[in-house]
Amino acid sequence: MAETQVLTQPWRQPLLLRLLQGGSGKAYGVALLLVCVVVPVLNLLVPSGSVFHLSNYMVMLVGKILCYAMLALAMDLIWGYTGILSLGHGVFFALGGYAFGMYLMRQIGHDGVYHSDLPDFMVFLNWQDYPWYWKGTGSFLYALFLAVAAPGLLALVFGWFAFRSRIKGVYFSIITQAMTFAFMLLFFRNETGFGGNNGFTDFKRVLGIAITTPEMRMALFVLTGLTLLAMLAMAQYIVKSKFGRVLTAIRDAESRVMFSGYNPLHYKLAIWTLSAVMCGIAGALYVPQVGIINPGEMSPANSIEIAIWTAIGGRGTLLGPLLGAGIVNGAKSWFTQSFPEYWLYFLGLLFVLVTLYLPNGVLGLIRKAKGAKS
Amino acid sequence: MSGVQDVAVADSYSGGSHLLQPGVLDTSHGVVLYLEDVTVTFDGFRALNKLSLSIDVGELRCIIGPNGAGKTTMMDVITGKTRPDSGKVFFGQTMDLTRMREPQIAQAGIGRKFQKPTVFEQHTVYENLELALKTDKGIWHSLFGKLTPGERERIDSLLETVKLTDLAQTQSGLLSHGQKQWLEIGMLLAQEPKLLMLDEPVAGMTDQETERTAELLNSLAGQHSIMVVEHDMDFVNSIARKVTVLHEGSVLAEGSMDKVQNDERVIEVYLGR
Repeated sequence: MAETQVLTQPWRQPLLLRLLQGGSGKAYGVALLLVCVVVPVLNLLVPSGSVFHLSNYMVMLVGKILCYAMLALAMDLIWGYTGILSLGHGVFFALGGYAFGMYLMRQIGHDGVYHSDLPDFMVFLNWQDYPWYWKGTGSFLYALFLAVAAPGLLALVFGWFAFRSRIKGVYFSIITQAMTFAFMLLFFRNETGFGGNNGFTDFKRVLGIAITTPEMRMALFVLTGLTLLAMLAMAQYIVKSKFGRVLTAIRDAESRVMFSGYNPLHYKLAIWTLSAVMCGIAGALYVPQVGIINPGEMSPANSIEIAIWTAIGGRGTLLGPLLGAGIVNGAKSWFTQSFPEYWLYFLGLLFVLVTLYLPNGVLGLIRKAKGAKS
Repeated sequence: MSGVQDVAVADSYSGGSHLLQPGVLDTSHGVVLYLEDVTVTFDGFRALNKLSLSIDVGELRCIIGPNGAGKTTMMDVITGKTRPDSGKVFFGQTMDLTRMREPQIAQAGIGRKFQKPTVFEQHTVYENLELALKTDKGIWHSLFGKLTPGERERIDSLLETVKLTDLAQTQSGLLSHGQKQWLEIGMLLAQEPKLLMLDEPVAGMTDQETERTAELLNSLAGQHSIMVVEHDMDFVNSIARKVTVLHEGSVLAEGSMDKVQNDERVIEVYLGR
């Protein structure tokens, strides 16, 4: 009895113990080792002829998928745990990417095609100076701040109006789709000052170091891995706190939450904004690794895909969305090489099958199989 | 904005001999809830029609009435879900409920149980009570706060009161209908409300569960002011001290069960059928 008490009332224990509980401490250790030691060694130190060598392409691919995993985790906090389906998370991701992209563009310096002070697309537009919102983006730290602040502020304002008006369910999902679509159209315009439909690309340096060196690529990869682990630990703390229980309660019976004296507006707004900020950070890490950001990232289909990863992996679990992002994107990179024309059909089929037969996603299936065995 | 208005309202009603404290329930005149001439219309239909009602501190009051008499609308008005077109709704002497939002009203001390049991089905019984417990309901406290020993004791005693101690770690979605109803009553009590409003608490219960619920409510009367809306006349008989009959949005009769049962108008619209 005493033992079950401890297990079922985790909030009695200090934070660190709580995070390391149930074997997850070991899992974090293994993940850290993989990210910080195994991958760098296999990529940088093992000679490229060896079977154990990890190619630069693979490192880039995995780094990209880790960024997607952050998106899926952010989606899970707002959808899986709080019951609010956003179909516009791509816009927060892209804003983070554009914010850091502005810094990367300025790091190109005079090495562009026109050898000008300004990025090529601005020369092309005949602009004489940076527009006001590019001010300060030459600073690395300010660009990082912007990658958090821009999506955060958009989410805060959008969420405040939406949640205050008690917009729920499909209506909320639809207006988030409209929002990301509107931003895509805005960013497609050349006059908006973000490179139009080409977006930003041809990056040369980060902090003065060439972006194509293996060391820089690896540094970005390790940073991405560590960021994902930190986000996972944070999400774990949140869902195990009373705050997390309030979120789930909002999902299951919002009126009871309200009549219990909580203001759901504050809780929804907090987790919604946090989720958007996580997407922004993912975007800022994604752009230097992939080397391009354009308004296509804000297309409605991209945002829907994030929801699909989360659903396939398993909503309302912490590992599910990471698994979903990995499985779907792994399959995608294989599929789009082998049978590019069938990928969307396959994705649609996968989504339908998971919705019909695996309400708890792949993780639910694994847990079921484990439970059946023991 | 609403804060400013609250103060203004409070000011216009002060002038009594006692000091006025905003946000604190003032029942110095022995009345916990007071409705006067409350009217609510939906598309021309008068759900409440100049309804006047008052409930004393520690009273257990039953509200009965045929379907469409306005019972649920009345509860909606009291809990801030519906705004009345006209009329006064006061909690104690000073709190104007028509100017407060739902969470504010809940925090001020009005607990409401819905007709359909609404508990947090994915959480355990214990967690349900923890969430309902009267404490700081802000974000920071939820993120970083911990249950104090006093709060844990309080949850334990609540579990005792609603007889769910053995099921504390059970997921509440797995409880029986009656157990969910009790859990919800327990959650209301956890908020330490000054006024408890129960909407058909024994609907769908077995006879035995109904009996236990009556026992529970009888044991709570006196410590809490309780308002029960109910259809089950036997149940009303077993708990009621004073009954109010609603009809077409206003009070038709009020008094002891005997008096109400012998009222000719009441027999005509309700009991006689």
